[in-house]
Formats: sequence, C-alpha cells, structure tokens
Amino acid sequence: MKSTTESIEQLANREYEWGFVTDIESESIPPGLDEDVIRLISAKKKEPEFLLKWRLKAFRHWQTLKEPTWAFVKYEPIDYQAIAYYSAPKSQEDGPQSLDEVDPELLRTYEKLGIPLEEQKMLAGVAVDAVFDSVSVATTFKDKLAELGIIFCSFSEAVQEHPELVQKWLGSVVPHTDNYFAALNAAVFSDGSFVYIPKGVRCPMELSTYFRINAANTGQFERTLIVAEEGAYVSYLEGCTAPMRDENQLHAAVVELVALDDAQIKYSTVQNWYPGDKDGKGGIYNFVTKRGKCAGVNSKISWTQVETGSAITWKYPSCILQGDNSVGEFYSVALTNNHQQADTGTKMIHIGKNTKSTIISKGISAGFGQNTYRGQVKVLKGAEGARNYSQCDSMLIGDKCGAHTFPYIDVANPTATLEHEASTSKIGEDQIFYCRQRGIETEDAVSMIVNGFCREVFRELPMEFAVEAQKLLGISLEGSVG
Amino acid sequence: MLEVKDLKARVEDKEILKGINLHVRPGEVHAIMGPNGSGKSTLAGVLAGRETYEVSAGTVRFGDADLIEMEPEVRACEGLFMAFQYPVEIPGVSTINFLKAAVNAVRKHRGQDELDAMDFLALVREKLELVNMDESFLRRSVNAGFSGGEKKRNEVFQMAVLNPKLAILDETDSGLDIDALKIVADGVNALRGPDRAFVVITHYQRLLDHIVPDHVHVLHDGRIVRSGGRELALELEDKGYGWLDKEMAERA
Repeated sequence: MKSTTESIEQLANREYEWGFVTDIESESIPPGLDEDVIRLISAKKKEPEFLLKWRLKAFRHWQTLKEPTWAFVKYEPIDYQAIAYYSAPKSQEDGPQSLDEVDPELLRTYEKLGIPLEEQKMLAGVAVDAVFDSVSVATTFKDKLAELGIIFCSFSEAVQEHPELVQKWLGSVVPHTDNYFAALNAAVFSDGSFVYIPKGVRCPMELSTYFRINAANTGQFERTLIVAEEGAYVSYLEGCTAPMRDENQLHAAVVELVALDDAQIKYSTVQNWYPGDKDGKGGIYNFVTKRGKCAGVNSKISWTQVETGSAITWKYPSCILQGDNSVGEFYSVALTNNHQQADTGTKMIHIGKNTKSTIISKGISAGFGQNTYRGQVKVLKGAEGARNYSQCDSMLIGDKCGAHTFPYIDVANPTATLEHEASTSKIGEDQIFYCRQRGIETEDAVSMIVNGFCREVFRELPMEFAVEAQKLLGISLEGSVG
Repeated sequence: MLEVKDLKARVEDKEILKGINLHVRPGEVHAIMGPNGSGKSTLAGVLAGRETYEVSAGTVRFGDADLIEMEPEVRACEGLFMAFQYPVEIPGVSTINFLKAAVNAVRKHRGQDELDAMDFLALVREKLELVNMDESFLRRSVNAGFSGGEKKRNEVFQMAVLNPKLAILDETDSGLDIDALKIVADGVNALRGPDRAFVVITHYQRLLDHIVPDHVHVLHDGRIVRSGGRELALELEDKGYGWLDKEMAERA
C-alpha cells in the first residue's frame, strides 16, 4: 500500500492537472435516459463527433434489447429511468465531515487491512485537507512512462489527446451491440482508464496505485481500454481491497484489451464493492463485461480476479484467441457470504492454430451466498491443435449456501484437447477441529483453509496484491462459522 | 496433571463412555488398550474437545482447571496435544505456515511475543531431525498426499515443536510398518521427560514394545475394566480381547 501523502498528492494533482473534475462540479443531469441526455453527456465532455455517434448507436441498440435473465441471480427489476447518468462528483460538504460520522463497521475493516488514517478518510468519502505539493509523485510517474511512449490516462483525457487511438480501438473487442449492459455502458460511460503500450515496450511498473485513486471517482459506468502493440508488455491492477462506499447501486463497466503480435497483458482485479448488510439489504450490482483479444500471433492475455464484494456479481472476463499460438488465462476467486450472489466465469474462444487456454476457478460460498461458475470453451473449425485446461473448485461453508457449475464446451475441430476437472468440498469440521487442536481459533482456521484453497489463484497476483487479498478473504468470511 | 472422574459421554443418544476414571501424573506414560468399539477414540476425542461428543457426567481436571469447560484451542494452548489417528489434509496450506500459526497462537495465549521467522525456522529444523524428515517437507501442504507413515511422523513432529505438557496419541501405530513405527516411537521417547505425560491409545501391544508404558488400562464397553503395569499388555497380547467378553459375561 502506498503512503497516504503520495495518494493524496496523486488525487490532488489529477484534479489540478486536468481540471476535469472542477469543471463539472456544480453540474448534474436529472435522472432519466434519452438521446438528449446522451448528447448532453457528450457535450459536457467536449467529445468529438465520432464518439457521440457511437454513443447514440449504442443507445438505439440498447433500446431494442431485453435485460438478460439467464444468470443464476435474483434481484428486483432495475428502473433505468430512475438513474442519474451524469452526476458530478459529490460535493465534499454532503459527505461525512469526519471519521466519527462513518459506519464503525467499515472503519474496523479498514483498520484490519492496515489502511492509513488519511487514506481511510478518502475511501469513506470524508473531506480531506491536503496541502498540494507542486512536485507530485503522479507527475514523475507519468513523465517516466511518457519517456517510453506509454500513454496512461483517464478515458476522457485520451478522447481529447489521442482521439485517433480511441477511435481505432474503442468497441473493437466489446462492440456497442455486445450485450444489454455493455450497450448501456457504451451509451452513457462516464470515464475510466486508457493505456497504450507502444511496439516493443515493456511497461516498467505495475499500473496500480494511480488507478486506486482514480477509481475513487470514476462512477458507475466505467470504461477501460488497454492496447499492447507488437511485443509490448503491461501488468495492470484494478481495484482496491478496501470496501468502497458508493451511492450508485448499478455498476456496468466495460473493459477491452487488445494484444498484438507477441504482446502480453496481465490484468488483475480485486473487487470489494459494498456487498450489502447481513440481511442482504443494499449492496452494489456489479454487471461487468470484460474481454481481451489476442489479435496477434504468440500474444497472451491473463485475467486474475478476486471477487469478494458486491451484492451481485455478473462477470465473465474472456479471451478471444485469434492469433496463432496465442494464450488466454483466467484465474478466479469468487466469494459470496451472507446474501451475496455471484455468477462469474470466463469464455475462451479458440480461433487461431495451437491456441492454448487455462481456467482455474475457485468459488467459496458461506452464509446464504450463491456462487455460480459459468464458463465456455469454444474451439472453432480452424483452431488446429487448440488446448484447454479447466479446473473449477467450489467450497461450501455451512449448509445454507449454494455452489453451481455450468461449463459449456463447443468444439468444432477434432485435433483439440480439452481437460475439465471439477470438485466441490465442504469445509470440514475435521479440518477446523484439527487446527483448533493445534491452538488456532476457528475464524483463523477458516481463513487459513480458504486461503489454501485459493492458493493457485493468489500466486498469479502481484505480490502486494496477493497479501492484501489474503487478508481480505479472512475478513470477508468473518462470522461465517458459528 | 490429568484427573478423570466418572466420565460419561455420548454421541446423540448412544452412551459410549460409561464412567471412566484415570489419573495421570507428570512424567508418566499411560497406555489405554481395548478392542474396537470399546470407546478408546471417544475418550481421546472428549479430552481434546471434539464437539461430536456430549459429556453427560463426571469431571476432568487438567492441572488446576476444568478441562471440559475449555474450548479445544484453549486446551491446546494450555499444553494438551493430540496426535490424530487420521491426520487431516489441508490442501494449499504449507506445513510450515500451519505450524507457525499454531506456535504463535500458543505463544499469544501465554502472553509471549510471536517468534520471528529466523528463530522459528531454527526451532523447526531441530525438531525435523527427531522424526527423520528433510526440509522439503515443510513446504508441502499439511498432510496432503502424505503416506500413512509421513502423516504420523508429521504428528510427532508437530508435537515436538509445540512442546505440550500432555500428549494423547490416538492409535498412532495404526497403518504403520515396522520401520515407520520405530521412527515414531523413537520420536516420542525422545520427548519423554519428568514434566510431560503421555496417554497412548492403541489396539495392539507392539507399539508398547517401543514406547514402554508405566501403566496399562484395558477399556471395554466404555469402562476401564483392568489396570496394571506393562505385563498387562503382554497378557492381552497372549489372550487377545476375547476373554474380556467372557469375563464380563461371567460377572453378569
């Protein structure tokens, strides 16, 4: 975890540098969605014509779609006209004025995660007084990347500064027609991140801390686009282990990744949005479309996700393996406790020759949680020599939760090799008793056993993230064993 | 050290222990023998605090405290160790991390600081030698994919690291060949001392050739029906457990 001062500096500087947040602070659009709202969003963001057209196309298409119901999740219908699609960041005066006004439960969690006090304030939405330093970490960071030709900025900034890149790649992996939530996102997306790694460049740092701050204000319709040119490499970290407060219940983000010849993208997520209370009230609906395209030969895209938050998670980070010899990987830990529901998995689409994919999914259900793995491995006719290995393990804690596995396999080339392994285990009384007999308390024992269960996924995470993720899992499971 | 009086315990409606009396002093090794179903493992489970068993009568003192009142982890922290008949596998958790969590939990209970990584490693290395295992063993997941012999050696190794006052060995000899049995017995013997007591639960006398007990008790149908010295074990070896039923029948 970065120090507080650095974080505040970055936050401060981002606003200062682009003046974006300040510009819109006093403005907002009332709830509801029609073409005028979309025109207004686009105008406020001073977007080029092509983007407005794209948003409108998406909106018109969205209107023809029906909300999908195939996922194994239940929720009250969403009133899309009741959502405000362009809201300025909340004024600090509306938020809590000090940590005393913040939910003590939330603070307890921050403390357990070892988050510094000032950062706690920021995450909880408390007004922070920061002395702005003219030499910022963020700027140095950006300068260093710029020297290598790497572009790493907010989506809005990319639209202004690099419209040709945005126009070239936007929607190239997740088209505006893709699905209900992706179409909605295309119509109204607020902001997000943009990364461009030029030919032959290896990004020298994990793109993480910056985003952590960035994410605090990105709102409910994020859009992220990462392009790795020939031979480029980047590791991108999204999210934050600290539970984040957010007033928006619906989150419909889109992430698109493009890897050209010999390029590699590693995308890691720790998702810990507010899961709702113990009775299942409140909590975020996290309906996300994430997809990567291995467009070039020998390219590789790896998704690693740790999903512990949100009331409902609906998310299938996928890989289109178009280039010959390209590789797709999906490593996932999804945990549902109390009344949380998750329907998550991946799609691996094998198009090129000798393409290879690996799926490792670990689902943990506790309390009344419902956890579904849904995955598809599709081998097209031309995918000579394609290989897939899938392993889906579920762990149940208690007897009121559920685990479900829906693997879809669709093979059109006889030379393909597919392996699928699945297991469901109940966290054993025997295991817990064994630990207790050695002096380890029940909650610590559960956390240790679950972390062991997830080890194959955690070792794919960058070190700093892995340590936080382990702590997070322990905290998310508190009280799950009586 | 351990004083069991009129202990009765049941699983659901079935009474398994029907009044056990046992007194173990520091430094002593007690063997508890008996046929299958006599209640041997139930006794071990009750002493360790397994929740499947309900104690319906009697008392158990451990040192100055009431053992039955304590949570299993508190019993462990107070110095009670059980070597499991079927050691449990915990995939993905390395043996060294597991043991470190255990050692530090015990130390915390005693108001001591956690051991730092170097001190812990030194302690663990020394104890590994006792059971003839090499360091690669520490990185393997707890008992996962271990052979029967390795699992039992792991139990003795953990015992050595945790340094308990009272160790209960629940059929530690089951499923061991003679070489493994000898390694395990040597490990246990090395841990014998004036402050530590052992309760060795076994079906067969052969373990007692290697771990020589001070007292031998015969458990039958939930009661200790005979107690004696080492020679009692040899007598059992001779006669088998069949005579018990006869004797019981005659008494009735």
